[in-house]
Amino acid sequence: TDSNTDAELLRFDVTSHFILRLAYCKSEELKRWFLQQELDFFKFRFNNLTIDQKQEFLLANSLDYKPISDEEKSSILSDLMAAGGRNAATMDTQEFFKVPFTEVFDLIQRRRVFLSRGYAFVPRDDLVSIVITHYRTQLSHALAMTSRALPHLEEDNRLLPMLSGLSKRYLGEDYGTKKNNAGQVTADMIDMLSRQSFPLCMQQLHQACRRDHHLRHGGRQQYGLFLKGIGLSLEEAMKFWKTEFMKMMDGDKFDKNYSYNIRHNYGKEGKRADYTPYSCNKIIMSNAPGTGDNHGCPFRHTDVDLLAQKLRLANIGKDHVEKAISFVKGGHYQLACKSYFEATHPPLPDGEDISINHPNQYFDESRRVLSGEKKEGPRLSQPPRTPASKSTQPSQNTPQSQSSNPTQTQGAPSSQLSELGEMEDDDDLLASMDS
Amino acid sequence: MTDKSSYDAALLPDLLPIYYKKLFPYGPYFKWLNYGGVPKTYFSHREFSFTLKDDVYIRYQSFSDQQELEKEIQKRCPYKIDIGAIFSHKPKEHKTIKAASFQAQEKELVFDIDMTDYDDVRTCCSGADICDKCWPLMQIAIKIIDRALKEDFGFEHRLWVYSGRRGVHCWVCDENARKLSQNGRSAIAEYLSLVKGGDQQTKKVNLDSNSLHPFIRKSVEIVKERFDDYAVKKQDFMGNEERQKKQREFKISKHLTEEIMLQYSYPRLDVNVSKGVNHLLKSPFCIHPKTGKYFLMVSSGYPVVPY
Repeated sequence: TDSNTDAELLRFDVTSHFILRLAYCKSEELKRWFLQQELDFFKFRFNNLTIDQKQEFLLANSLDYKPISDEEKSSILSDLMAAGGRNAATMDTQEFFKVPFTEVFDLIQRRRVFLSRGYAFVPRDDLVSIVITHYRTQLSHALAMTSRALPHLEEDNRLLPMLSGLSKRYLGEDYGTKKNNAGQVTADMIDMLSRQSFPLCMQQLHQACRRDHHLRHGGRQQYGLFLKGIGLSLEEAMKFWKTEFMKMMDGDKFDKNYSYNIRHNYGKEGKRADYTPYSCNKIIMSNAPGTGDNHGCPFRHTDVDLLAQKLRLANIGKDHVEKAISFVKGGHYQLACKSYFEATHPPLPDGEDISINHPNQYFDESRRVLSGEKKEGPRLSQPPRTPASKSTQPSQNTPQSQSSNPTQTQGAPSSQLSELGEMEDDDDLLASMDS
Repeated sequence: MTDKSSYDAALLPDLLPIYYKKLFPYGPYFKWLNYGGVPKTYFSHREFSFTLKDDVYIRYQSFSDQQELEKEIQKRCPYKIDIGAIFSHKPKEHKTIKAASFQAQEKELVFDIDMTDYDDVRTCCSGADICDKCWPLMQIAIKIIDRALKEDFGFEHRLWVYSGRRGVHCWVCDENARKLSQNGRSAIAEYLSLVKGGDQQTKKVNLDSNSLHPFIRKSVEIVKERFDDYAVKKQDFMGNEERQKKQREFKISKHLTEEIMLQYSYPRLDVNVSKGVNHLLKSPFCIHPKTGKYFLMVSSGYPVVPY
């Protein structure tokens, strides 16, 4: 290949990487997303190298690992095989490297490596994991440094406006409170809306809430933010949750344990961030439900047989059930959701198509279709989504502006008073407050 | 079993000052959290939080030495003390520092196993109740997790404590544990998790591959030791039509026996507790305000019954 083109491509590559660092260093969520993309990309590129190129790369980056001896290998052979799911045939030629477990977190996370006394025994094929761990640490640190340096950039006309637009460009709708629908929905409309227009995930949460007069933290977050996104005001939200929960507890207990959480979601407490409702991607990929939870994506987090049963009971017709189930089996949860939408709504006007990316989008589309509105112009497919940058306060605060207001106007419970202060990640505190 | 009626929560305001004056082990507590004064600022940069009477909650407490800690605890008489992370600066001074510079840096690796997470497989109790029929779940959990922390990860300094009410906590205090990133903590918690799924998933353990990872194999062995006594005799897990029905719904798979045993007895960890470097966890040596029970230490192996 032409070496000038190579050099040029390399320059573009490096420059674009650093531009992205600037654009995505500003919030935890942006950083996490960017880090994940970069690591996936790196893994892909590394795995495409030849064995020699890989070796060259490792040496160049001072990652010089030596394989374990044959004696050591044979003493742990059966464990090595069991851990990696390998058979005896490949074991003879496979080299293993003994590294501290701190170098291969992603292999540990997936339990794909044998561990003993703090050391991981990594086959040559998986060396990329070691490299990735190093890269992750390095890039994560770099992003933190960049984010701290950003306010000091002595210019505000050349780069900054472009940067702030960059991280939002692939966004699509994030359903934050910038929408002008606040107050459109009231608490007593929810039952009806849930039957007509909620996606299955939110119907499930709504039903669980009505049935148990309670939802656990994960469910309250997923459902609560969705309700905010459809236009439920803070006042109506309080009414909704309190009325339901008070069937199982007294008002004081509700005020003490749950009201803070609700106000927090509406940006009235703590960091006062405008928390955005979860997208399908977020619901499916992170935040998996545990025991006692009802959140998540029903197409992803329900046993297939149970899901088929539920869909049949929802009277959506055998064909649609089969279609949805086959999508689920193929791992296409959002397409399964779309089948559910199609089964429960009148047909879309000619030429229109939707793809489900966000529960609030499902809701909006549903209201639109049910009211007979037609879309203007052809519908373009959505570009890849990146997380919304939260409208947090700037990271540099003078001491005065940062202090949280300790006194509250109503007779607020004292449990949330005093130096709650600013949290690194408010979700931790909220989750631990779940009694 | 202890007589629950002998504890009256209303007496707490009178008893706590005495407890904090005469019984709380400030010396060993400080010695632990000071870690030999390496570095010197280690203890003074540690965040504590207090829950005072009437549920007043205050964060970012910190102390320069044992004396200051003792004085403040005796003065405030907290109903609950939480231990947080070691920060870049003294937590009590955090408001004078730029938000971006005030960072949580280190903390013990912790695990929280809560009995309420087993409600779908317990036949004797639910919620915060514990009895001798379901306590074995905690014993099994401790044995499995402790073995892995020691033999797989090489951690040497592991402290197991009873939370005073419905579960156990583990504090891993090795230096390399304290320095773990959120990513590392999350990875370890995932490695140790086998029971996954919300209420919509009846089968929560899926051992997909042909061979069982040594960690799974060793955990199953521990469960097998206790399974007959716990699941059959104490919980009677196949004892009636409803319970049997639950298992009939499980599809046939290569490791079905192991999957069933694990679903009924394998530890259920709250990953969120373990993964945050700044996550606050209840301190050992606290009295639980609802039960009056001391936050007892259990030794690993098959721990004694503390409730």
